[in-house]
Amino acid sequence: MDLFEYQGKQYFARFGIPVSAGGAARTVDEAVKVADASQYPVVVKAQVQVGGRGKAGGIKLANNADEVRLHAGNILGMDIKGHVVKCLWVEHASDIDEEYYASFTLDRAAKKHLLMLSAQGGVDIEEVAERDPGAIVKLHVNPVEGLSEATAKKAAADAKIPSKAVDGVAKILVSLYECFTKGDCDLAEINPLILKPTGEVHALDAKVSLDDNAAYRHPEWDEYRATEELDEREQLARESDLQYIGLSGTVGIIANGAGLAMSTLDVVNQVGGSAANFLDIGGGANADQMAAALGVINFDKNVKSIFINIFGGITRGEEVAKGIVEALSRVDLRAPIVIRLDGTNAVEGREILAKAGIPTSKLESRPTMLEAARAAVAIANGK
Amino acid sequence: MAIFVDENTKVIVQGLTGGQGKFHGLRNRAYGTKVVGGVTPGKGGQDVEGVPVFDSVAAAVSATGADASFIAVPPKAASVAILEAAAAGVGFIVCITEGIPAQDEAKTFNTLVRDYPGVRLLGPNCPGIISPGKCNIGITAGEIAELPSAKGPNVGIVSRSGTLTYQALYELKQQGIGVSTCVGIGGDPVPGTSFVDCLAEFQEDPETHAIIMIGEIGGSAEEEAADFIKANVTKPMSAYIAGVTAPAGKKMGHAGAIVSGGKGTAQGKMDALRAAGVRVGLNPTEAGSLMAEIVKGLK
Repeated sequence: MDLFEYQGKQYFARFGIPVSAGGAARTVDEAVKVADASQYPVVVKAQVQVGGRGKAGGIKLANNADEVRLHAGNILGMDIKGHVVKCLWVEHASDIDEEYYASFTLDRAAKKHLLMLSAQGGVDIEEVAERDPGAIVKLHVNPVEGLSEATAKKAAADAKIPSKAVDGVAKILVSLYECFTKGDCDLAEINPLILKPTGEVHALDAKVSLDDNAAYRHPEWDEYRATEELDEREQLARESDLQYIGLSGTVGIIANGAGLAMSTLDVVNQVGGSAANFLDIGGGANADQMAAALGVINFDKNVKSIFINIFGGITRGEEVAKGIVEALSRVDLRAPIVIRLDGTNAVEGREILAKAGIPTSKLESRPTMLEAARAAVAIANGK
Repeated sequence: MAIFVDENTKVIVQGLTGGQGKFHGLRNRAYGTKVVGGVTPGKGGQDVEGVPVFDSVAAAVSATGADASFIAVPPKAASVAILEAAAAGVGFIVCITEGIPAQDEAKTFNTLVRDYPGVRLLGPNCPGIISPGKCNIGITAGEIAELPSAKGPNVGIVSRSGTLTYQALYELKQQGIGVSTCVGIGGDPVPGTSFVDCLAEFQEDPETHAIIMIGEIGGSAEEEAADFIKANVTKPMSAYIAGVTAPAGKKMGHAGAIVSGGKGTAQGKMDALRAAGVRVGLNPTEAGSLMAEIVKGLK
């Protein structure tokens, strides 16, 4: 789960990382109230999870309440690359001497944590990596050992961060590492990390991505989940506990297993179609799960055909078939189904489907993944 | 021969009294695997359909001589279970648990590297390993795996995805091609056993004559495998990579299956494998047919 900037800053603050005084606002009046409390001048920032907010006019400086009113009014409701601004972050505008970059991620190849640190912050770090790769210090941290302040200081010095800022940066690195590990982040990034004329170092932006697998030990994440940007289909799928990702095509997909579901998307694409979604129904594929999955797919008005791709391993084919027949009696589908049922007891399963008396205009069965994909795509493309 | 496990492997099931552990543990035993015990703290002295249960892995190992463990416990308990097995001297640990936080996984893996360097962890979030006719640890349905033939050629399978592993086993069975060992390394960000580990073993295994590899988007494990293949693998290979059409920035079901910052794409992985001399299929069936062609050429 990706956090908005304001949530990331609130999360940082839990771990003692200094951020600017400010607050979130969902209306113009709220924005003025926060600004009055934060000391002028303030910055009014659109809260969207997409880059390039500044260029789109989503970040403005305001010297007084009237200016806050003007900018907040303009930015709220603004569409930035398809993301509508529903929330603002208003904070005291910082004086900036220098801008740095710092982040922690997991380096999957090395199986260790990775610190990236650069004295060239405030711009896209990929750009820096391309233009001047030597300007980024990459340091692996062994998760068993953690990050000491001494190591953080050395990294800061190696990154050519001026000596007056090294202590402040190192302290923040240690806190950021704590946020990354104890806070169960996939990514914890500060860009820019600023040095103020007063000599203080602090986080001017926050990019935080949380590891959903750790949600069970973070009850405080519930409020973030409530503001997550999901489309209606994804919301419905979440309520049914389905692994669903909404896409823009016309073939609805249901498969058992994440790998097979991904593969199903690929095969549909290969034969000239496009998937409306990714949906992993999991191992069981019983009637309840199948009915819930079909319900979510049926909600998607773009769906012209539904491709159910099931490979029975431990799940036996006849159980899956019974689940589908039962589910069809509960959900009235707008689009026809093409099913490929293979693996353990597939023959028995296909027989159950054949004998269920479902007209072929509503359900047809194909023996292989490729043939089923072709049939589903033909229907979706109106052939 | 087979890799990692064989007909002599003695397995204990950590979590044998739980739903998953009981179901799969007993299925593994029914397949012929030597399931010699189970571990559930506080339930020592009981038995699950004749399999004795112990309070700790250490007690189970000393009573049964087990050398492998099958871990089927919830995410909260998985890291402790893995380290307990390693501390008790178990050399091969299979963990099927899905949903372990990445921070725990990274810490557990590096603890194994530091304190128990000889221990091999397979998974987490993996379907397990099957050496057809000899040993099955995990959730694979044994009946879909073709037995290896004495004179060969036999194929080794290594995969990041569960259902696609079954699909590969099934494709080979349809063609009557024997399988030496099938390893599911799992779809999480920090797998204990990598493609490279398995490829190295398959290359050395006299019973394996060709290898199928099934990867997916995210990370760089397939690219590392390609480098290794180029330098070290002489056995012919086919491969399939899932997720060509996956949108960037979304986790596709598996915690590790995500394209981020233009890295970890299916296309990049396929290109790397092709450059290493691997025949790459555009869907699982095609990878299976390519393997059938390879095997025909070996006979």
